[in-house]
Amino acid sequence: MVQMDAVQKRLFEEVAGLHDIPEGAYNLRANGQSISRNTTANIDIRSKEDVSGIDIHVKAGTKNESIHIPVVLSQSGIKEDVYNDFFIGEDCDVLIVAGCGIDNCGSQDSEHDGIHRFYIGKNSRVRYVEKHYGSGDGSGKRILNPVTEVHMDEGSVMEMEMVQIKGVDSTNRTTIAELKADAKLVVQERLMTHGQQQAYSIYKVDLIGDGSAADVVSRSVARDDSYQKLDLCVIGSAACSGHTECDSIIMDNGRILAVPSLEANNIDAALVHEAAIGKIAGEQLVKLMTLGLTEAEAEEQIINGFLK
Amino acid sequence: MLELKNVSFNAESDGENVGIIRDISLSVDDNRFIVITGPNGGGKSTLAKLIAGIQKLSSGSIIFDGVDITDKNITERARLGIGFAFQQPVRFKGMTVLDLLRIASGKTLSISEACEYLSEVGLCAKDYINREINASLSGGELKRIEIATVIARDVKLALFDEPEAGIDLWSFNNLIRIFEKMRSDRRGRTIIVISHQERILNIADEIVVISDGRILKQGSKDEILPEITGTESAVNMCSKIQ
Repeated sequence: MVQMDAVQKRLFEEVAGLHDIPEGAYNLRANGQSISRNTTANIDIRSKEDVSGIDIHVKAGTKNESIHIPVVLSQSGIKEDVYNDFFIGEDCDVLIVAGCGIDNCGSQDSEHDGIHRFYIGKNSRVRYVEKHYGSGDGSGKRILNPVTEVHMDEGSVMEMEMVQIKGVDSTNRTTIAELKADAKLVVQERLMTHGQQQAYSIYKVDLIGDGSAADVVSRSVARDDSYQKLDLCVIGSAACSGHTECDSIIMDNGRILAVPSLEANNIDAALVHEAAIGKIAGEQLVKLMTLGLTEAEAEEQIINGFLK
Repeated sequence: MLELKNVSFNAESDGENVGIIRDISLSVDDNRFIVITGPNGGGKSTLAKLIAGIQKLSSGSIIFDGVDITDKNITERARLGIGFAFQQPVRFKGMTVLDLLRIASGKTLSISEACEYLSEVGLCAKDYINREINASLSGGELKRIEIATVIARDVKLALFDEPEAGIDLWSFNNLIRIFEKMRSDRRGRTIIVISHQERILNIADEIVVISDGRILKQGSKDEILPEITGTESAVNMCSKIQ
């Protein structure tokens, strides 16, 4: 890839699974600048003029195409706000891979605050994968504060996979969605914090159209002295169905506050929430130890499975 | 060969030190199919857990293949070739049947190899290989997967703690077939099953009756089974259901 050092390559691989330049449309951003971009006949990417960021336009009827927009920061002390807007036409079926990797070996904090707005056209289907990753042994913090806004038109479907497994010191994630009639949103969040890390994850999903549905599921692990607050709220303002679930494992001195919540504003809103927090069950460890694993290996396997 | 020498296990109950296993000595030769039976609360499951290292002895020693394993932990005993199937199999959120079989076998098991283990316990492999080991599996399905994990390990000594507990009659008939097959195809492996079931007792080389933490009787199937038939130590599935 163009103008990329080994650290940047590694970060791109972690957050977007990229070993090489991706197929289809992409915009690769490193240390505050767009370093490589490709558009296709159906997908256009343009830089914003007033603020940092891009507008992505997907033509109606675009099927089986992908858009990669990963970001990496490998210089210490960068702080950026980036606004990316996605305009998905009607009857599309696309994959969007975003994510941010920060390697901070210096003493200054590095921060990337990505604001993503999605406008999904009627009957379109979007799969969105966002991975966040931090590395580097400097004293400067690695901070990511993503905001995701999703506006879903009638009959559209969005599947979101939000993953943050390693190395991000502080994160404040906010996801807001609004669903019109027959739209469907499925969110799977996977979060692991360790060391002194703090993570706040807030979801507010508003079901405003009849027949809309949302399933927001967060699985998380808090290790060492880390803290998480999971605030998952589904609002039913029509004949709709919503489910929200926080399922967490705590280890060491980890702390978690789980606040799944529901608001029903319509007699036909069917809403369910669940939350569970607990340590790894002793019998799970014992079972895997009878298969020859050490206690530490058993713990890793249980967590890997849980966050898969 | 497995040798238990003067094994005792005490537990605290209401501030009192109660003997659960009392001075048991037992030798089990290689390539044997042993069934341990006896009344509920007699210490059978505890004995199996002491052998696997899940519980620690209060006194005595355990020798396995000439090695004193008394102070070895669960992992070390597993690596020496001791397998244990739980009476109540554990569930794992997110972990699939294939994941668990891979851990059990200790190698990068191919899907077709994993399927073989599932077929051995009467599960249609393609329906189960990617299933999560969670609440969506029935008791009988979990039990068979549990048994498959022990088969996948290819152990020298396999312990099964009440494999019939919590399963329905239909699954029970399949279970008997699994044990009959395991018995005829044991390849030098010693199998110890804790069970009250007459049909499992009926395929034993040797039966050990444990009551009140002690060995009450021990001998060949032909010798012991007539003595205990109709008692709590040897019931048939239907009478248990009634």
